[in-house]
This record gives sequence, structure tokens and C-alpha cells, in this order.
Amino acid sequence: MASIDTPSPSARSGSGERNILARLWYEKETRGVILQILTVVLLFAFIAYITLNAIANLALLGKTFSFDFLSEPSHYDINQTLIEYTSKSTHFRAGLVGILNTLLVAICGIILATILGFILGVLRLSPNWLVSKMVYCFVEFTRNVPVLLHILLIHGFVVHMLPKPRAAQEWANLADLVFFTNRGVFAPMPLLGDRFSWVATAFLVAVVGSFIFARWAKKHQAATGQHLPVVLINLGAIAALPALAYLLAGSPVGWDIPALKGFNFRGGFVIRPEFLALWLALSLYTSAFIAEIVRAGIEAVSKGQWEASSALGVSRGRTLSLIIIPQAMRVIVPPLTSQYLNLTKNSSLAIAIGYMDIVATVGGITLMQTGKEMETMIIVILFYLGVSLFISAIMNWYNNRIKLVER
Amino acid sequence: MSDATISQSYEPGTHPDLPPPLLERGLIFWVRKNLLSSWYNVTLTILGVWFLWTIVPPLYDWMFADAVVNAEDRTECQSLGDGACWAFIHERFKIFIYGFYPEPERWRAILAFGLMFVALGPLLFDNFPYRGKAMLFSLAYPFIAAWLLLGGLGLTPVGTDQFGGMLLNVIVGVTGIAFSLPIGIVLALGRASELPAVRIICVTFIEFIRGVPLITLLFVASTMLSYFLPPGTSFDLLMRVLIMVTLFASGYMAEVVRGGLQAIPRGQFEAADSMGLKYWQSMRRIVLPQALKISIPGIVNTFIGLFKDTTLVIVIGLLDMLGMGRASLADAKWAGLSSEVYISIAVFFFICCFSMSRYSLYLESKLETEHKS
Repeated sequence: MASIDTPSPSARSGSGERNILARLWYEKETRGVILQILTVVLLFAFIAYITLNAIANLALLGKTFSFDFLSEPSHYDINQTLIEYTSKSTHFRAGLVGILNTLLVAICGIILATILGFILGVLRLSPNWLVSKMVYCFVEFTRNVPVLLHILLIHGFVVHMLPKPRAAQEWANLADLVFFTNRGVFAPMPLLGDRFSWVATAFLVAVVGSFIFARWAKKHQAATGQHLPVVLINLGAIAALPALAYLLAGSPVGWDIPALKGFNFRGGFVIRPEFLALWLALSLYTSAFIAEIVRAGIEAVSKGQWEASSALGVSRGRTLSLIIIPQAMRVIVPPLTSQYLNLTKNSSLAIAIGYMDIVATVGGITLMQTGKEMETMIIVILFYLGVSLFISAIMNWYNNRIKLVER
Repeated sequence: MSDATISQSYEPGTHPDLPPPLLERGLIFWVRKNLLSSWYNVTLTILGVWFLWTIVPPLYDWMFADAVVNAEDRTECQSLGDGACWAFIHERFKIFIYGFYPEPERWRAILAFGLMFVALGPLLFDNFPYRGKAMLFSLAYPFIAAWLLLGGLGLTPVGTDQFGGMLLNVIVGVTGIAFSLPIGIVLALGRASELPAVRIICVTFIEFIRGVPLITLLFVASTMLSYFLPPGTSFDLLMRVLIMVTLFASGYMAEVVRGGLQAIPRGQFEAADSMGLKYWQSMRRIVLPQALKISIPGIVNTFIGLFKDTTLVIVIGLLDMLGMGRASLADAKWAGLSSEVYISIAVFFFICCFSMSRYSLYLESKLETEHKS
């Protein structure tokens, strides 16, 4: 950039030779190289310095740097486990349970937040003044309050406002199957029989068939102009085929219905209050941001698209789904990715209400028990970096797919 | 309308101006257009009204009509009304604001807070009187504020463990933003640099910071950071947290500034080059003033995000406003008032963050018109 610093050779010869170092410094390319070498050397010196400090400190405290503790028994219980785990399992397994819990709440949260966010974003643009203003109030209130406060508020609500199991038996239930209590939501758990594989196969067949049918219908429409009710047919097939298989197999699913035993419900499927609070809070908080992103995306599609579509006689719903949303998606996807990342990172706040995610297991109890600050924090940080890179990669791939193809 | 007006005939051009028909103006038209334009619109309106009807009156009763503002303890609250017990918040208000900051020294916190706006003035408004000199004060402000809050040099020293409440939120948030701005600018310039080694280092740092939750960085600050210092040295937890929060914010700041840099037309860089300006000269005098001006709304938004995130310090045991709230819930005299505490803190954050986001929207619209003209 600084081309003026480099006088031409002829000008230089008149003013006398500068020494070789100065000449190198005033040459743009060599200066770039020198600067980079300096930067890298400084960086490595810094890393070496803190590493030496760390080694000295660890030696002073009589600690070693190793990941051996991962294979030792953990000696602590985790209240929600997706895989088999007892207090005799290893720290590694505890970490795995934590990772699965993080992923569970992140994936559930992303799904719910996306659905809520899209609904809210579309309602925000509704011609209905009342609904639009209500959504506006909700969005502004939700996103201007710290997410930690949301989590604590909803957790407080679940724990203090929902009835105790005994009272829930009386009034907080759906058809005596689902019970809302302050110890969690209890729902019937399906017990899969031997022939359940029939239903699963039928479902898979229906889904694959739907994809093939949708592609064929698209080609058919391109060739003949005939439009088939693809969505209706596919939904019908996906519902009907498994149902048929279910009947043919002779109802292979039993239900384990929760029942009140003593002070709590036993059996069935339980959503713990910590998970419920974290899930709802993260979803609500993120949905407010997604709603704004969706609104901005839809508004970014020019009004002429709406008008052209309505001039062609396309209905409002189909305009939205076939013309506006596909174009809006190009604007929506990049910021949506960062919201997904934020949700995943915010799930680390689980520790505030005792949901056992990776930060609470490895970064919390394991750290306290083994005193391996360095190793545990490295595991946690690497996990989050991995998840971040993975989500960015997927969304980049998707973004490339829907990108405007220019000639 | 009577028959007379209909049957009346006019010469061309003499028809009197009539108001639009009743259905096309005024309140009725507005209601028909905005609430009842089609069947699904009517459905939405009915649902909305039903929703408001079920939510708002009980909430109003709880928050205002049946609420108790003056009481000695929870039982008295319950005897006076079955709404919210604001008496608790009322009693703890000062603790929520100042934490354990000693009572006779609180004027210093207020003064530091007030001076912050004086220091912000010349940064935010071009037409601030004596802007050049005032800028010097803005630069000195962090040190003045630190002196006021920490004491020493003639003031009674106050330990950082006594900082708490809203004071702590503001300290962490403002320090994070103020110091992350220069770091963020350097990172953004590094990311846009032509030198691959510099670029790679900056990108790695930014992506690392943005890929990791703030909570893990705070854990690093509280458990691990002292390992990397020379043996025997250790410093204050708040200081460590401030360093981590600053690094965290600088990753986000770098992306905001990068957005600003990318919005500067190529021609500005080339013009600066052709004028013979050196790299730092062209950045300081040509590129950064424009880029930073565009980035101001983004910086405000980053600050809003960071200010909300300052509540996370409770996970490593610092008592900010939310921490004070949670700690005070343990008081047996006032047991079971978590909703009141959380809702009042939520309202506080809402007021702060909402007004800041309005300000950033206003700035955005102001900058936009300036570009068009």
C-alpha cells in the first residue's frame, strides 16, 4: 500500500546507499514478510511463555497434565441420562451424558424456536393490527431481557406454580394420561412390541415414497402444467401407511401410563422441570430473535413480487410458500445460523438451574472432584468449538444450495 | 342521505366537495381495514382479544391492584393483599443497585455513573461543545472511574468484593465495551489484512471467541487463568472476569467493525493509497472514521448483548443484580418471592436494553438519510 516509501532505484543511487536492513524494510513485499515473521515469533513466544508458566504452576501444586481421570469412576449421579449411567461409571461416560444432554436441549430448542419464530415473524407482518402489535410487544420484551433471567423465571414458574404430584392427579392432567407437576411432565411411554418394526418400515417406505412422488410431480408439472396436491397426498401416505401396518401387525405398541405411587408418579415418560425450563426459555428467547429475522427477510422481498404473483392469480398462501419464502430464505439463513449457534451456546446456562449438560458435568462436578481445571475446560471448549463449526458447516452448505444462481 | 341529495343535479364542475363515505374514513374504516378485513382476520382478532382478556386483567391485578408496597415481611404482605409483594423489592432496592458498596461512599458510584454520560457525549454527538478537549476527558474517564470506585489517593479504598448489584453489571458491561473497541478494531483490520499470517491469527482468535459460550470463558477466568501467570502472581477475580469479558466482546466487536470496513467503497482505499498515505495514516484518517460511523448501531447492539450477558457472572459467584436477587431469596423473612424479584429485574433490563435498542434504530435511520443526501 505504501508505494511512496519505495523510491525508484535511480532516485536512490543519487542519495547514497542505505544499509541492507533499511532497504529490506522499505520494500513492500519484504516488509510484509518481516512483519509476519515478527507476529508469528511474538505469538509463539507468548504461547511458550504461558505454557512454561502453566508447567511451573502445575509442578508447584504437584499436579500433572493428563486425561487419565476420564477412565476413573465418577462417583456422582446425574438426574437425566439418555444412556445408561450410574455413579460407578467413568468420568468419560459422565461427559458423554453431559454432551448428549446439551445436544438434546439444543436440538429440541432449535426446532421449537424455529417454529415459534417463523409463526411470530409472519404474524408480526399480519394485516391485523392487534395481532401485529401483540407480537411486537412479546418480541421486544423477550429479547431485551437476559436469557438467564428467562431460564430462572420459567424454572421458578415450573417448580413453584405447577401443582404437586398428588394435586396434579386432580386437575393438571390431560385425559388422565399426561400430568403437569412440579417434578416434571409425565406422559405415557410407548413400549415397542416385536412387530413394531413393521410400522417403522411402513413409515420409512412412506417417507421415501413421498420424496419420489414429490420429484415426479414436479417433473410432471413442468412437462404438462398439471398441478397435483402433493402435500396432501404425501401427508396422507405418511399417516396412512404406518397406521395400516399398525393394524396388520395387531397393535404392537403398549403404553406405560404414569401412575401416582406415594409422593410421585412412577412409570411413563418424564420431562424433568430443569429440561422443561431450559428448553422453553431458550426457545422463547431465540424465537424472538428469529421472528425479527423472518420479518426482515420477508420485508426484503420486493413488493413487486407480491403484486406480480397476485396479477397472475396466485392465492396469498401459495404466493407466500412458493414465491416469497424461497426468496426470503436467502436473507434469513445467515443470521438464522448465528441464532442457532447462540442457542447452543446459551444452553450452557443450564448450570444455573441444575440441568446436567456438559458444563455442569465435566466443567462442574468432574472439575471439582478431580481438580483438573485445565483438562476439563479444554474438553468443554473443544466440544463447543466442534459444535459451532458443525452447525456453521451445515448452514453454509444449505446456504450455498438456496443461493441465487447467477449467470 | 336523503332523496333530495341524490336526485339533485349539478352543472359540470360545480359539484361540491363531499367527505368520503362513512365506511371509508374514521374509526369504523380503521377497524374494518385493520381488524376485520377477512374471515381469518376476524378469527385472529377474536383470538387476540381473548388472549389479552385472559392475560392482562389478572396480571394487572397481581402487579398493581392487589400488590403491596409497604410491609415488614412476607406474612404481613399476604395479609394486606394477594398480589405481588413489592415491599420486598422496596426494602432491598439499594442492595440491588449498589451491592455491598459501603453506604457513605455510594456518592462515588453515582458520580462515576454520571461522568460516564459526560464522557460518552463527545463520542456520540458531533456537535458537542469543545469536542476536542472533551475527547481527552473521555480518554481519561476509565481511569477516573476506576479511581472513584476503587478509592485510594485520598479516597477510602473499597475492595472489589464489595462491588455488586447493578453497579457490577454496569462496570462489567461498560469496561467490556470500552476496552474491546480498540482490540476489536485491531482484530478487524488484521482480518482484512493482506498478510496471511496476521489474517490467520486474527480469524482464529475471532472464531474461537465466537464459538465458545461466555460461561466457559468465565470458568476459565475463575479456575484456570492463574495457571498461565508467572508462579506466585495472582490477581483479583473481578479483574480476571473483566479481562475475559473484554476478550469475549472484542471478538464480536471485530465482526461489527469488519461489517463497517466492508461497507467502505474500494475507491476510498485506493484514493488514500494514491495520495501517498501510509497504511496507518490511511486507516486513521480515511477508512476508520467512515467505517466506525457506520458501525455505531452495531456497537450499540453489541453493548446491549453484552449488558444482558453480564448477568452470567453469577455462575462464578459474583453478585450482580441478578445474583443479589437470588441471594436475597434465601431470606426466611421473605421466603418464596422469586417471581417478584425476577420480574422486577427483568423490567429493569427491559427498560435499559429497549431504550438502547431504540437509540440504535434512531442512529441507523439518521445515518441512512445522511448517506442518501
